[in-house]
Amino acid sequence: MGTIFFFIFAILAIAAAWGVVTSKNIMHSALYLALSFAGVAALYILMNADYLAAVQLLVYTGGIAIMVIFAVMLTLRGDVRESNPENKAWGWGAVVSILMFVMIAAVIYTNADWRILPTAWDNAGTAADISLLLLTKFMIPFEAAAVLLTVALVGAVILAKGVKVSK
Amino acid sequence: MFKEMHDLFQWAWLIPALPFLSFLLIAFVTKRSKGLSSTISIISILTSLGLAIAIAYSVIQAGAEIVENPSITSVNWLNILGLKIDFGTIIDPLSAMMLFVVALVASMVQIYSLGYMKGDKGWSRYYAYQSLFASSMLGMVLATNLLQLFIFWELVGLCSYLLIGFWFFKVSAREAAKKAFMTTRVGDFGLLLGMIFLYTKFGTLDFAALSTALSTNFQNIAVVGTVSYVTVLSFLIFMGPLGKSGQFPLHVWLPDAMEGPTPVSALIHAATMVVAGVYLVARMYFLFDASPAALQFIAGIGAFTAIFAASIAIVQNDIKRILAYSTLSQLGYMMLALGVGSFSGSMFHLMTHAFFKALMFLGAGSVILAVHHKQDIWDMGGLWKKMPITGWTFLIGVMAISGMPPFAGFFSKDEILANALQYGHPIVYAVGLFTAFLTAFYMCRLFFVVFMGPEKPENHTHESPWSMTIPLIILAFFSVVGGWVALPEHNFAFFVHYGEFEHEAINWVLAGISVLTGLLGIGLAYAIYVKKIILAENMVLRFSGVHKILKNAYYIDELYLWLIEHVMGGVSRALYWFDIYIVDGIINGIALITRGSGKTLRLTGTGQVQTYAMVFFFAIVVIFMIFAFGENQLTALNPLATLGGVR
Amino acid sequence: MSLSNLSNLSVGLSTYLLVAAMLFCLGLYGVFAKRNMIAILMSIELMLNAVNINFVAFNRFLWNEKVDVHYVLTGHVSALFVIIVAASEVAVGLALVIAVYRNRHTTNVDELNWLKW
Repeated sequence: MGTIFFFIFAILAIAAAWGVVTSKNIMHSALYLALSFAGVAALYILMNADYLAAVQLLVYTGGIAIMVIFAVMLTLRGDVRESNPENKAWGWGAVVSILMFVMIAAVIYTNADWRILPTAWDNAGTAADISLLLLTKFMIPFEAAAVLLTVALVGAVILAKGVKVSK
Repeated sequence: MFKEMHDLFQWAWLIPALPFLSFLLIAFVTKRSKGLSSTISIISILTSLGLAIAIAYSVIQAGAEIVENPSITSVNWLNILGLKIDFGTIIDPLSAMMLFVVALVASMVQIYSLGYMKGDKGWSRYYAYQSLFASSMLGMVLATNLLQLFIFWELVGLCSYLLIGFWFFKVSAREAAKKAFMTTRVGDFGLLLGMIFLYTKFGTLDFAALSTALSTNFQNIAVVGTVSYVTVLSFLIFMGPLGKSGQFPLHVWLPDAMEGPTPVSALIHAATMVVAGVYLVARMYFLFDASPAALQFIAGIGAFTAIFAASIAIVQNDIKRILAYSTLSQLGYMMLALGVGSFSGSMFHLMTHAFFKALMFLGAGSVILAVHHKQDIWDMGGLWKKMPITGWTFLIGVMAISGMPPFAGFFSKDEILANALQYGHPIVYAVGLFTAFLTAFYMCRLFFVVFMGPEKPENHTHESPWSMTIPLIILAFFSVVGGWVALPEHNFAFFVHYGEFEHEAINWVLAGISVLTGLLGIGLAYAIYVKKIILAENMVLRFSGVHKILKNAYYIDELYLWLIEHVMGGVSRALYWFDIYIVDGIINGIALITRGSGKTLRLTGTGQVQTYAMVFFFAIVVIFMIFAFGENQLTALNPLATLGGVR
Repeated sequence: MSLSNLSNLSVGLSTYLLVAAMLFCLGLYGVFAKRNMIAILMSIELMLNAVNINFVAFNRFLWNEKVDVHYVLTGHVSALFVIIVAASEVAVGLALVIAVYRNRHTTNVDELNWLKW
């Protein structure tokens, strides 16, 4: 049962990612992106990462994908159906990507230690588990992340607002 | 006394140096002043003549001593990386004889030119070239080693080119000059190869050193099959004389060289430059003597050239061309003499030929000037009465070349023929004898047609000025007495010989046969051209085919032109194709590679961030592959290994 | 029924890693081959997602320790931080894109070519 779900959501995520990079319509790309995020969230659930799945859905699909859609709408120019073309060197890009994939696959397959099945977990990764680490061991990165978010917020506002041209 | 002579011999280098100085002065200083140019030139050559006479006298006084120990003075010139070349002078009977001959003929010609070249616009240039030539030729005969000789050899060739094309505004003169230079170049190529080969084998080019090396170190190491390298060397070195001395098949330049002024023809193409080849063979005789095959070849070529040229001369009508072919024929004699082993005979003939051939050329010049620059013998006639001095001196020359005693040619030609028979070359002897008959015939033909017979009134002839007749008289004197040096105890052969000296008395029987042959030739010419018993025109009609072939010099020039056009042309076209497509193709290929790599490297500077990103990741993949699958897998860095598993 | 009952116990680690690799390479292709700046940012997000999957997978399969009753979820924490950084990066990035669009009226990344030597 779990295997079927895995394959459904894995294929969904990958197909959606394929749609993101091949679609000529940027709006479609953005929506495919949201779909891909959702698929990945499902994969997290299958890996007992419940809290993370929730965060993924909230932040990625609910935040980032929407942001992307906003940006797309603000910078749309010309026919939307042609708004996401490939550039001249897309062939080379494909070649390099395929080579990278082959390289990583080679590493994965030559590693005997990774052909393992999971041991059963009796409960999933809850917020409690994560907060145990987050507020003790990873305290400082946690605070830093907060600062980062603030800075990013301020910076994005400034950038998007623009500068007044002084005479 | 030997010491005083040695002191004199040390100054021998002045002999070529003075005319060279004169050349420089005329070329750079006195070009404008005609009078001054010729004066400087003549003074310098006369001084050289004086020195040459003094040296020749000293050599004769020194007797047998100088034959064994020639006086060599030399100075080291080059000493780079084991290549050691000296510059020096050698005084032995051979060089003393050559010095005298060259200096005498050169001074006679220069004095003669005062009259002949009168009014010519290139007067100073002419005398500059004459001085340069005299200096080069004199330098050549004094050379102690092959490289020094070669340098002067080439200088002499240059002067020949300059003087043949002296009247450069004439197309024919220009073409003749080029032809001369290029034909001799073919020979010089062989000579140069021989020189290089010689140097690599023996490590020296000095004549004395080579002579001792060859006699003590004679080896018969095979080079090509069973041919010893001495033979190969001889053939290569003989290529030079083949071209320079106009032996068949490189004879084609000499008749055309008559485009130059007549004194030039007398000096260069009769008496001196063309004998440079013979002189070279004589100097290197120790090499040729070691290879019987080479000597056979030289004798054969010499004999063939002699009869070949003589056969062409009998039907020529241009006075200078007759004399040119005659020169070719006599050069053939000199070569064949060397080939059969008659070293002294060859050198003797060189000397006497210089006298009477120069005499006849100058006489021809006198005649040409008298009939206002016509050169066809049928336009002349009956000049004997109006030009007595020219006539008598020319007659002496004709008698000398026909081998009539007591003139010079008799002794030298007879010695050659006698030696040819005595040393066991009957065929060569027969060819030489027949050629003597032809020689007498065509020379007397020339004499009878030009000087005898009815006068043509349109030629207002008169005798030439003293500047021209005095050299004629002097040369005629030497043509008479020049042969008498064969008679005394210490005769010519005593001084100029190779190997062991044996005093050979004149074989009067053979001498008689030679004289008879000469008389036959004279008689035949007399019958046809004076008495008109047999009419020349009838002979031409009966043998018209043969006549045509002879008149056109066996069509050799046409053959060469055809060869150059088709064979060399074909090879040239093939090489041109090679050059365009392969050589240029390589160069263009390199340029294309450069362009291509430039186009590729341009991508690193486009400013397109995506391109940069692609290159980064590509590099990562490549590095990964090198470390994972390469031959020297650094296991520490091998991603597959570090992650715990390689298949 | 906890969602964890749906967890899959028969798909191996290497399969998850392969899925992540595929997502990563698709994102990589998008970075190389797309002209629109926003598309490139989207592709970067895909790549970050792939990384997150890797973290979580390793944590799930290789780290089975427990502290009291809680599992040690360092991998999840790392993935969380990645999400945080990705979010801020996307925010700033899109702000930049909009600023550039305001100036140049184009979202074509080929036009931003001043980074040459």
